[in-house]
Parts: sequence; structure tokens; C-alpha cells
Amino acid sequence: MNLQSVPLEYYLTLSAILFVIGAVGVLTRRNAIIIFMSIELMLNAVNLTLVAFSQFFGDPGGQIFVFFVMAVAAAEAAVGLAIVLALFRNKQTVYVDEVNIMKW
Amino acid sequence: MGENNIVVSYLPLIVMVAVGFVFGLSNVFLAEILGSRRNKTNVKLDTYECGMEPVKTARERFSVKFYLVAMLFIVFDIEIVFMYPWAVKFRELGEIGLVAMLLFMALLFAGFVYVYKKGALTWD
Amino acid sequence: MLQDFLNSAPIPLLSALATLVMLLDAMKRDGARIVFGFSVFSLTAAMAAAIYTMFLPDKTTAFNNMITCGGYGAYFDIVFCLGGVLTLLAARPFLLASNTEHGEFYSLILFSICGMFLIAHSNNLLTLFIGIEVMSVSFYILSGYLRTSRFSIEASLKYFLLGAFITGFLVYGMALIYGSAGALGYNEIYQAVQGETGARFPMILLLGMGLLIIGLSFKSAIFPFHQWAPDVYQGAPTIVTAFMSTAGKAAAFSAFIPILAVLTPESSSPVAAKIGMLLAVLSAATMLVGNISAVVQKNIKRMLAYSSVAHAGYMMMGLAAGSVRGASGIVFYVTAYMFMQIGAFILISALERGSEERYQNLEDYAGLAKKHPVMAALMSVFMLSLTGIPPFAGFFGKYYLFTAAIESGYTWLTIIAVISSVISVYFYIGLIVAMYFRESDVQEQDSRPGLAGISLVISAAGVIILGVIPQFIDKIAKSLF
Repeated sequence: MNLQSVPLEYYLTLSAILFVIGAVGVLTRRNAIIIFMSIELMLNAVNLTLVAFSQFFGDPGGQIFVFFVMAVAAAEAAVGLAIVLALFRNKQTVYVDEVNIMKW
Repeated sequence: MGENNIVVSYLPLIVMVAVGFVFGLSNVFLAEILGSRRNKTNVKLDTYECGMEPVKTARERFSVKFYLVAMLFIVFDIEIVFMYPWAVKFRELGEIGLVAMLLFMALLFAGFVYVYKKGALTWD
Repeated sequence: MLQDFLNSAPIPLLSALATLVMLLDAMKRDGARIVFGFSVFSLTAAMAAAIYTMFLPDKTTAFNNMITCGGYGAYFDIVFCLGGVLTLLAARPFLLASNTEHGEFYSLILFSICGMFLIAHSNNLLTLFIGIEVMSVSFYILSGYLRTSRFSIEASLKYFLLGAFITGFLVYGMALIYGSAGALGYNEIYQAVQGETGARFPMILLLGMGLLIIGLSFKSAIFPFHQWAPDVYQGAPTIVTAFMSTAGKAAAFSAFIPILAVLTPESSSPVAAKIGMLLAVLSAATMLVGNISAVVQKNIKRMLAYSSVAHAGYMMMGLAAGSVRGASGIVFYVTAYMFMQIGAFILISALERGSEERYQNLEDYAGLAKKHPVMAALMSVFMLSLTGIPPFAGFFGKYYLFTAAIESGYTWLTIIAVISSVISVYFYIGLIVAMYFRESDVQEQDSRPGLAGISLVISAAGVIILGVIPQFIDKIAKSLF
């Protein structure tokens, strides 16, 4: 069993692709919750990069960073859902293109 | 050797996928062959929901209180990731690790007390 | 271990006190007054601790080089605490007037300051990340604090979605820098970038630096990542805007200075020159866009939001200069900006008195000098300082930054900065003219500022003192590097 022979570049490419998918999702979707899911995908793509580098260097720092990214993502998720909830109570919508009272 | 090595290292996965396919498909056909042909009552043809009788559609709005519980769950649940590495390296980290983890738990507990006192855990 | 806690005293102290404030709020129903008092006490204590650690020897670090102690970080701690105290004093009358005083407001302000402390003290990408997130998450909640207001909740949603989106870029940048340098600590990164090991993945390093700069630019509202600022600053409760637009920006710049020093160690190297040029272009674009957009605004909070974008552009000049003078110029400017911008926003919040309609538009300020002569005078002081008129702090802030840019060979940048300052005269002085020379027939109710008056007096005093004896702060700022 030698699964570690997957080269570093593969992980990096995969995570870059995931990151771009997430970013495109954020830019094209209009539902606040789906936008937030796309952001989570971006963060998890970064986690993959961090773990891959961590494995590559044999340095645990990257994995510890991943823990913190996960914890922060959880905190953001809680706050984000609360904000979306408050928005829905106010305007009966979760679509960001309907949230537009402030423009220049 | 290199290429060969990768194929060999993936062999267990391939075997597992193959076994999974065979098992799944054989279950479908075996049930048809071995299963009893009688007793096709309404109850038997109903959707299986863990033994509960399905009474109405699942696509309805449910109380926002579930949301609150879910949000609190996310926050408190994720903290386990910090305890896991500490538990693995418990002996090496020694007293300082223990004190640091107790401090961390105390902070979490403070958050819990806040949530409790604010009444976020009472259902009504 | 104990020594580490003592050296980094403000951070653990304020974290513990902020947690206590949160618990106190949960324990005591209707005890917002006590929570308020305890919060002000906490900030004062943290400020005292910061002053105590200010005189530690250079390059003191704590907790395995995770954070730096004393000097630079401690100076910013003092600035953040000062901003926090000014905000809290003005927040109470503001919240009471709109009947929305909850203890959470105070604890959230304290938590966001904890995050800022971590940012200013960070000596590791991990602490920087945690600090930025603690601050940002608190800000997301604070900007949606008036949760029944359409404006507030819209600001909160926009800030949250964009902020989280940019967090992705920020942390991706950090991951790539980690991948290139092989470590997260600033010291290790510095060595790796300087030596041959940094050349292991030079492209990845460059990409990482770019993403990190994008992330921090968003947090400090630098063009082209400034679009959120006007919406959020307009929609958020005015008192929160006062805090976010000053302390938040100061925190972002306190992260910028050390990280750029680490990533571009030799200021003569081609990479450093490119980064410097990039920052200079961003700076020029930021101040032009900010000031020109501010000219056409009708809403005063939006106008000040765009002006805050422009001020971020001025501060960016110091980063582009990449010299000690540039860095100390930023430190001075952050301090001056803290007083003048927070003063202006607190003044608006005091005039608003809990209504989201009053004193929002620039026309509402016509004839203010007749109705509230003291308020009008204070507002004039802040506006003159924001413009950069000599006896006030803003002038010396700009002076230090402009000279730093010229010394580093960015004469063109300074010319653009002067031009955009001239543009800014239009709306800053326009407001003063409206207050003093135009009539208004709107009847005015009583509008005593209460505790906010203290904040206003301190801010105005700060603006004037920094303008009269700038050398004092400038000397301290230079000693930090």
C-alpha cells in the first residue's frame, strides 16, 4: 500500500480546480445560502492545499492551520445562517439580487 | 516498476469497487428470485421510513427553532477537532497541554453558559 | 510560560475580560448599564497593560514565536483601545435612543478588539488569520445589529458574503506562501524568502503574495476591493460604522506593514520593486476613486465611506514607499485618522438620536451652526482635519506620508495624492459651508449628546493636539521600527 506516491502537483491542481468552482459558484449564484456553500467549498479547497503541503514538508503546521480554518468556517456558518435568517424575517427572501436598497 | 507500483497500490480499491458492484446487483436480482410473490399489500408497497408510517409530505416548512439548534451544534461540534490531536499526543504534551486544554474547555463552557442563560436551549 | 503571558498582557487580559463581559450580560437581565461600565473598565485595563508592555525590548516574542510583544503591537493596542472607548461612550446614548441596548453590543466590540490585538501582534500566518477572522466575524454581527432595520441587515449580508468570499482568497494566499516557504512563522518565511530555499516555488510564492494582498486590501477597502465599504458603512448602525471604519482599517494596516516587510526583505530586489509599484498604483487608484465618488454623494455616511476609501489610499502610500519613514507615517496617520473619522461618525450618531432618517443627507446639515453651534464647530474641526488643513492632525499625517513617498522616488504618486486632496476639499469644505452659510427651516428638537459628548471632546482634542505637537507621536512611531 503506497498511496503517498500521488505527486504534490495533483493535489494542488485538484484544490485549485475546486477553489475556482467555488469562486464561480459565488459569482454566479443568487441564493445567499448556495453562495455560502460555494464559499465553504473554497475554504475546503484551501484545506486540501494546506494538507498536501503539510504532507510534502512533513511539517504539522499546515494541518493545524486546517483545524483553525475549519473552526472559523463553522463560526462563519453559524453567523451567516443567523444573518440569512434575519434577512428572511425582514424581506421574505434569500436572493441577493433582491437585497438592493443601497446603491449609488 | 514505478507505473506498476501505482496499479498495485490501487488494487485493493479496484477489488472493493468490483465487490461492491457485484454485491449490490446480486441483491436486486436475488430478492426478485428468492422473495415471496404473495402479500403485496399497501403497507408493504409504502415508502420505508425507519418503521414510521409516512403520513404527509416531507417538503414542508418546519420550525425555525431547529435552525437555532443546528447553528449551535455546528459551533460546539467543531471544537472537537482541537481536542483530537491533544488526545493523541496527551502524554507528550504533559501538564502544559492539560492546562491549555482545560483553559480551552473553560472558554467553551463560558460560551455554553451564555447560550443556556440566554434561553437558546429552551424549546418554547 | 508565565513570562509569555506577562509580555503579551493585553491579549489574554482583554480576552478574559471580554468573556466575562459576555457572561455578565447573560447572568444579569436588564443589566446593560453594568455591562457597559465593565466594558469601559476592561478596555481601560487593556490599555494600561498595553502601555506597560510598550517598553519591552525589541523583538520580544511569546508562545513559540506566535506573537510579538511590546513596541509596534502595543502601540496599535493603545490605538484600538482608544477607538473602543470612544465608541463605547458614544454607543450607549445611541443605543438607548433607539431602544436597542443589549449587552451583546459591548461584548462584540470587545471581541473584535481582541481580534485586532492578535492582528497587530501576529508573528505567524496562523495568528494573523485567527485575528482577522475574530475581528471580521464580530463586525458581521455588529453591522447587522439593528436586525429589524432593512439597511442594517442588508449591510450585514453584503459584508458577510463578500468578507467570507475574500477570506477564501486570503487563506489560499497563506496556504501558498506556506507551500513556498515551508513554514507559517514570519521569521522562517523571512529566511526562506531571503535565501535560496525561497526559490523552491517562486511562482507559488508570488501567487500567494498576490492573494494575501487582495485579502488585506479588502479588509482595508483598497481599490478595486472597496465596493463593499460604501454599502456597509451606510447601512450599518452609525456607531458601528464609526468603529469599523477606523479601528478595522487600522487593524488591516497593522497586518500589512509587517507582512510586507517579511515578504519583500530586500527593498532593492526586483520582486520588491514590482510589489512596490503595484501598491503605488493601487494607492493612486484608491484615492482618486474614493475622492471622486465622494463628490457626488448625497448621503453623509456614504460620503464619509468613500472618503475613508480615499484615506486608505493615502495610507497605502506609506506601504508603497516601503521605508521606515513610510511605515511610521502610516502609524501616525492611523492615529490621526482614528480621531478625526471616529469623531465625524460619532457626531452623526449623536445627531441621529436613534432614527435612521434624521441627519442622513447632506442637506440636513444646512444651518446646523444656528441650531447646534458646538456640534457644527466640532464637525468643522473634523472636516478640516480630514481635508488636511494645517493646524490639525490630518495635515501632518499627509505630510509625513507624502515626504516618505517622495524619498522613495514616487513623486508622481505624491502629485496624484495632492490632486485628490484638492478634490476632497469640495465635499469636506462643502459640508462646512452648508452648516454655516445656508439656512434651513426644519425645526429642531433637543439633541444633547450625553456621553457621546465626552467622545467628541476627546476626538477633537486628539485632532488638535496631534496637529500642534505632531513630533511627539512621530518620534514614538519611528521608534517602533
